[in-house]
Amino acid sequence: MTTVATKKIDLREAQKDQSMEKQKEMIAGNFTRLARAPQTGEKVSYTFVPGNINELVMCFDMVGNFPEINALQMGMRKKSGNFIFDAERAGHSEDVCTYVKTDLGMVYNGNIGPTGERLPEPDILLLSYTGCFTFLKWFELLRHQYKCPTVMLHVPYQGGGKITENMRKYVVKQLKEEVIPTLERISGVKFDIDRLREYLRESARAEDDLVWVLQTARHKPSPIDAYFGGVYYVGPIFSAFRGTRDATEYYRLLRAEIQARIDAGLGPVTPEGNMGEEKYRLVVEGPPNYTNLREFWKMFYDDGAVVVASSYTKVGGVYDFGFRHDPEHPLESLADYCLGCYTNMNLPQRVDMLVNYINDYEADGLLINSIKSCNSFSAGQLLMMREVEKRTGKPAAFVETDLVDPRYFSAANVKNRLESYFQMVDQKRRAA
Amino acid sequence: MATTDQIIQRCQSLFEDLHFTAAREWKAAEPDRKVVGFMPIYVPRELIHAAGMLPLGIFGGGDQIEVIQGDAYYQSYICRIPRSTIELFLTKRLDFVDGMLFPSICDVIRNLTGMLQLIRPDMYAHYYDMPQNYDDRVGGEFYVNELQELRHDFENLSGNEITDAALRVSIVLFNRNRELIKELYILRAAEPWKVPATEAYLLSRAGMLLPVEDHNVLVESYIKAARSADRPRRDNCKIVLSGMFCEQPPLNLIKSLELAGCYVVDDDFMLINRWMQEPVSETGDPIEALARAFLHHSTKTSATYEPIEADKGQYLVEAVRKSGAEGVIFAAPSFCDPALLERPMLQDALNAAGIPYIAFKYAENSGQMQPIREQAGTFADSIKLWGENA
Ligand code: SF4
Ligand code: SF4
Repeated sequence: MTTVATKKIDLREAQKDQSMEKQKEMIAGNFTRLARAPQTGEKVSYTFVPGNINELVMCFDMVGNFPEINALQMGMRKKSGNFIFDAERAGHSEDVCTYVKTDLGMVYNGNIGPTGERLPEPDILLLSYTGCFTFLKWFELLRHQYKCPTVMLHVPYQGGGKITENMRKYVVKQLKEEVIPTLERISGVKFDIDRLREYLRESARAEDDLVWVLQTARHKPSPIDAYFGGVYYVGPIFSAFRGTRDATEYYRLLRAEIQARIDAGLGPVTPEGNMGEEKYRLVVEGPPNYTNLREFWKMFYDDGAVVVASSYTKVGGVYDFGFRHDPEHPLESLADYCLGCYTNMNLPQRVDMLVNYINDYEADGLLINSIKSCNSFSAGQLLMMREVEKRTGKPAAFVETDLVDPRYFSAANVKNRLESYFQMVDQKRRAA
Repeated sequence: MATTDQIIQRCQSLFEDLHFTAAREWKAAEPDRKVVGFMPIYVPRELIHAAGMLPLGIFGGGDQIEVIQGDAYYQSYICRIPRSTIELFLTKRLDFVDGMLFPSICDVIRNLTGMLQLIRPDMYAHYYDMPQNYDDRVGGEFYVNELQELRHDFENLSGNEITDAALRVSIVLFNRNRELIKELYILRAAEPWKVPATEAYLLSRAGMLLPVEDHNVLVESYIKAARSADRPRRDNCKIVLSGMFCEQPPLNLIKSLELAGCYVVDDDFMLINRWMQEPVSETGDPIEALARAFLHHSTKTSATYEPIEADKGQYLVEAVRKSGAEGVIFAAPSFCDPALLERPMLQDALNAAGIPYIAFKYAENSGQMQPIREQAGTFADSIKLWGENA
């Protein structure tokens, strides 16, 4: 017994030491690069996670800043509340997305990034408008602040549940006619398609390993938590690192660590060590709450609940149904990537995906974390919940929080909901 | 000749009829007739019309229906229009509708497409994606192809071929409609006492519910009657209303603004009536004509992207100048991201131009008008005072 316990602790340490440390270094490195950009002369692009075209940005030697990631980091550091307050005081409505307000509040307070270093002003706002209308207004607001150039990549929505040739052509054309020439002009670097192919090749490698990791949740017990752990796992591939050797290395390390957990028959690592017995397997729809992420997670693992699949880990790209960036068709595959992001899928597609996850991962049911800020995710979720229940026969539950607004996280309410949900799952099992 | 009162009475009963009797009767008049609903803010009604179908504007349930089932579909922090629209469907008030278009205006309307695809799988529910890239070779090409696809879908739905000739006829009719609405707005800006805001609203709204041919006649007769009507001129201030392009305010809200001493001389209600700032070309390839008009002559609104920073908000400053308004009232639906995110940028543009404004929010079923009336009254008084002292 003692041996097993020691082994568990060692494994957790090992995990911390390798993939987590690697990711920390990567993130810190990017923030340092950003902070030093005014001195080094590196050009800075601001862009969004869904539909980000990181490989292309890298072709122009630019360094990427992701306002959404800054906002969530500020949420985790408990700073978003004040920023939201400042933005509201400056005239932004209490009703609108709190990611935007956290970002604006940060800008009003000197644009000091999550690591305490000042973030540089953008040389270009790369408005990858995928899956969310708020993005349009967000970057108009930033442009209003910085008076800097903006280039938009409008990614049509899969309203009919599929990617059409017309959509793909439109995105490729914008890349060719608008985005590439603008990035060339801003950076002074000539576009080299072979360089892009190389990055895309690298992306596909990392994507293979990411998918492998996410699909290990089919094991019982699942060696990962695909939501609370998942938000860390997708960090590199959703941001400034997709297409880099670092990302490939990160996913290689992660894969080895998860393999070791499977070999040892272990469940996921939690902030308090290895998770105990796996009692409930859940699929989660919707983003997490970042201001109280640990508290939220604890409500799950304390009760033996593990998330085996989540939609949020697909907002920056859906890879588990076969899509990979393709160096043979570089611009087309960037287009398909953008068009395929989760919030760019229509509601019936999203329902299909969740149903598929529940069946494929043998989950006990669906939990929706509905985010006040995010109409893109939230509008329609109550219907989605009923559809998934109807089609799987598995119970579903609905909690409401916000991404980064601490005013909308009520621990007592969420806990009550979760507990009654777990009881519902128990009842359902007994009845079966 | 019909009086303004008679015309407005007709419009009012159309507006209040949430069983859409006029559209039902139109459909029943001939076998195989089809009705295609659409939501704010813009769809090419010409294509629906050219297929022999009736375009029907669905602008929510206002304050006239109690939303019971619709609330079970939406969280409290989502605006009202989608829930009352769902209510209209679930209560079978829209059971006669054969298709629906959901324009790309925001994530709520976008997701409503999928909800209707799930709730009414028998109905054609189409997300109508408009390009945010206005270059003919880029967004234009995409848009032409989308319009062709829509044309094809409407041919299937209606069973009628949409010939270029038919489409041109429809373009002519809708050009006339836009021209008449423009005339109405010009008349109102010049002599607002002759065209009360509620009347202009009801008249425009009737255009969402009637065949365009009938609406053209109605607007023509109203303009004629309004020009000759003898109505007292009040000492009101002139304002532009901004932010009401999607979820519609209760009629009482518009009335309250007038009672508070404001003449509404421009607004963004039912932008579809005024979307094209220039007539759509009536010659040449009609699909190309619709696309070109959209790319180069669309009105500006919060729900579209402004590619040039210096132009941000200038459309509102222009609207104030053109209509001779003395201030702006921002009224946005609660929880409306496009309107509310846009507002600070518009306010900056107004500040720079020295145009006064106030702002509030509403819901389509807001009942309590007293605070709005007071706010608008104070605003009107301050404008008059400021105007006199200037
Ligand atoms: S609405 Fe949702 S997807 Fe859009 S910016 Fe806000 S949180 Fe992100
Ligand atoms: S009122 Fe605003 S948020 Fe609501 S559906 Fe309309 S545009 Fe979207």
